Amino acid sequence: MIVETGHFALVLAFALSLVQFAVPLAGTRLGDQRLMAVAGPVAVAGFALTALSFAALTAAYVQSDFSVANVWENSHSLKPMLYKVTGVWGNHEGSMLLWVLILAFFGALVAWFGANLPATLRANVLSVQGLIGAAFFLFVLATSNPFARIDPAPMEGRDLNPILQDIGLAIHPPLLYLGYVGFSICFSFAVAALIEGRIDAAWARWVRPWTLAAWVFLTGGIAMGSYWAYYELGWGGWWFWDPVENASFLPWLSGTALLHSAIVMEKRSALKIWTLLLAILTFSLSLLGTFLVRSGVLTSVHAFATDPSRGLFILMILILFIGGSLALFALRASSLTQGGLFHPVSREGALVLNNLFLTTATATVLIGTLYPLLIEAVTGEKISVGAPFFNLTFIPLVMPLLLAVPFGPLMAWKRGDLYAVAQRLFAAFGGALLVVLLSFFFVDGIGVLAAFGIGVAAWLMLGAVTDLALKSGIGSVGAAVAWRRFVGLPRSVFGTALAHFGLGVTTLGIVAVTTLEVERIVTMRPGETMPIAGYTLRFEGIQPFQGPNFTEEQGRFVYFDAAGRERGAIMSSKRLYTARQMPTTEAGIATRGFSQLYVALGDPTSDGGVVVRVWWKPLVLLIWLGGVVMMAGGTMSLLDRRLRVGAPSARRSKDVLKPQVAAE
Amino acid sequence: MTRKQKRLSVIGGAMVFLALASGLTLYALGQKTSYFFMPGELQAAVLEPGQRIRLGGLVEKGTVVRGEGTAVAFAVTDQVHSVKVAYSGILPDLFREEQGVVTEGTFREDGVFVADSVLAKHDENYMPKEVADGLKATGLWQDDD
Repeated sequence: MIVETGHFALVLAFALSLVQFAVPLAGTRLGDQRLMAVAGPVAVAGFALTALSFAALTAAYVQSDFSVANVWENSHSLKPMLYKVTGVWGNHEGSMLLWVLILAFFGALVAWFGANLPATLRANVLSVQGLIGAAFFLFVLATSNPFARIDPAPMEGRDLNPILQDIGLAIHPPLLYLGYVGFSICFSFAVAALIEGRIDAAWARWVRPWTLAAWVFLTGGIAMGSYWAYYELGWGGWWFWDPVENASFLPWLSGTALLHSAIVMEKRSALKIWTLLLAILTFSLSLLGTFLVRSGVLTSVHAFATDPSRGLFILMILILFIGGSLALFALRASSLTQGGLFHPVSREGALVLNNLFLTTATATVLIGTLYPLLIEAVTGEKISVGAPFFNLTFIPLVMPLLLAVPFGPLMAWKRGDLYAVAQRLFAAFGGALLVVLLSFFFVDGIGVLAAFGIGVAAWLMLGAVTDLALKSGIGSVGAAVAWRRFVGLPRSVFGTALAHFGLGVTTLGIVAVTTLEVERIVTMRPGETMPIAGYTLRFEGIQPFQGPNFTEEQGRFVYFDAAGRERGAIMSSKRLYTARQMPTTEAGIATRGFSQLYVALGDPTSDGGVVVRVWWKPLVLLIWLGGVVMMAGGTMSLLDRRLRVGAPSARRSKDVLKPQVAAE
Repeated sequence: MTRKQKRLSVIGGAMVFLALASGLTLYALGQKTSYFFMPGELQAAVLEPGQRIRLGGLVEKGTVVRGEGTAVAFAVTDQVHSVKVAYSGILPDLFREEQGVVTEGTFREDGVFVADSVLAKHDENYMPKEVADGLKATGLWQDDD
């Protein structure tokens, strides 16, 4: 009964999304306030029904109701409760239900927080949101119904893919979807602006918080996915340039560009059409990502059981929304008024440069991701484009951008002085140079490129600190005044500095791991030791262990520091999940500061030993901590007063302060 | 600078940058892609010495031999032709005889394929897609469901 209620609620939500699309749109055409006012309550009701539907599926999982095909295929009565709940979206149907739930959630947010939007803009935004919802509800109902029953009901389920039985499943997909789907709001705002044929600085002020929120979630989702793959797959890698990873990285890159171009539009009323296009492209890339991951054209952990009809359906949604919005853009963009001009050397110019680099990088990753699919479709040849391609194209494109980052926030609007900015960054540059020299002479086994990479990371971090120091006047005014100014700086200034600092932290982690990592593959018998990166690892032996739905062979290791003191134990095991008869490697990880010792067990050898793969991962945690810092930066910007549309008076006083701060 | 010159300089700069980026991309696509082959397709293929390819198929029954330390030898087959593969390292969890694998590496002069990476399918539901397609194309696909 619960299951049927859930199914019925989903059908109702689909019907409501059609209402949400058609009625407000008719209202804006006819100028009827009452029809436009329908959008809000319908969006909220649609969200409530989708939430009910999602709760019903969750209940079926919690109760292990194997008469539901989806539960039978992906759950097991012995599975721990956490994985029963998170397993709801650990499969195709459930994950699509989560997708539409989050979409409906964002629609409801617009309805709740959009009270101060102009009525027609609000109606149009919710209408577009309703159309996206209708397409995806229909997709779920027609091709991926999570509520389908099987009769007779099996006694026991087939269990969830063991790789997914991890806390990562509780965090990674919801965060990633909040990011992916969050960009739908920016898309809806862009399409609404095109429908109305009007776009102004206020529009940018409404769009920027949504972009920021989506970006913060997407950053978290990608970082979490990367860390999860790192510890769960047992390969010790944190990024593989796998098409599925690229699918999430593409909207992140263009979303980052959007974040920056929206600033120009808000502050200077320039780059309007470009910002609109970026908003459309970013969500289009999210849709493309959904298509790549969910249609089964790619083989990966993310591709669940495949069904060609689904791929075709998502492809049609893709064509409808990308084609439709771009056609509307082509028709209407020229009617939008162009914004102000600016000197190439200025804050605006710096942000344009940022956009140029980021969109080119996006295009490169897009080509590398789609090229093999195109070649296979055209010639039938199967090729793979892997890390070597991306290392050769993406890194040279991004390096100059990273070098330019500290300049941007210090440039004045309209017309900047590159020479003066360079002078202010002199200390940061000197610091970075010192870091290059120090790491070159004092870190073992470092190459010139690696030292340079670490220098770039230091440059980014010191640049962010310099930005804050200069804007609060540290060094030029008294400490008390500087502190007052520092506290009084707009939140968005802190946000920028934090996000750029986080970028530096991530860069440092990436450079350190790629260039200084130590990997050793050896055969070890119990009692044997091996040295790695100043530590000594001793293999103690293997013991069997019985888990709730798996059995495992646990290898126990102890490690000692250079002085011979025991520092801790590492448990690394080979697991066998009994329901699926599927083996997995559970890596053993010991954390030392920001670095990690990573131990993966291989197969036993004939002489009573076992193959062991051990990595020393220097500063590896910084890769993801940098992501967390970036998220904090985004959140900080989101808290800026100026983004609260309802506070115009405070905003005006900030704008008066702004030029003084920037001109210092 | 006048408005027009300003705009032209910005557009010109962007064009140069985009040209460089596309040049780099085209070069990388030419150099850094690797082709996929099944054992039966290798006879017809023209490979340059040292060219990196991906070789896929089933792990032939009874061919897996563990050597000294971490060395492993096995053969990859499409049920008709088979190719000897040498690998050093840890095999993936799902590496088993008569199961699909995709290996990547280069041919040694004696015709043995030296793999530096071996991938097995991710879960019990499917073969690596390339291997399944390859077997279906030659009519050697056996549906086990």
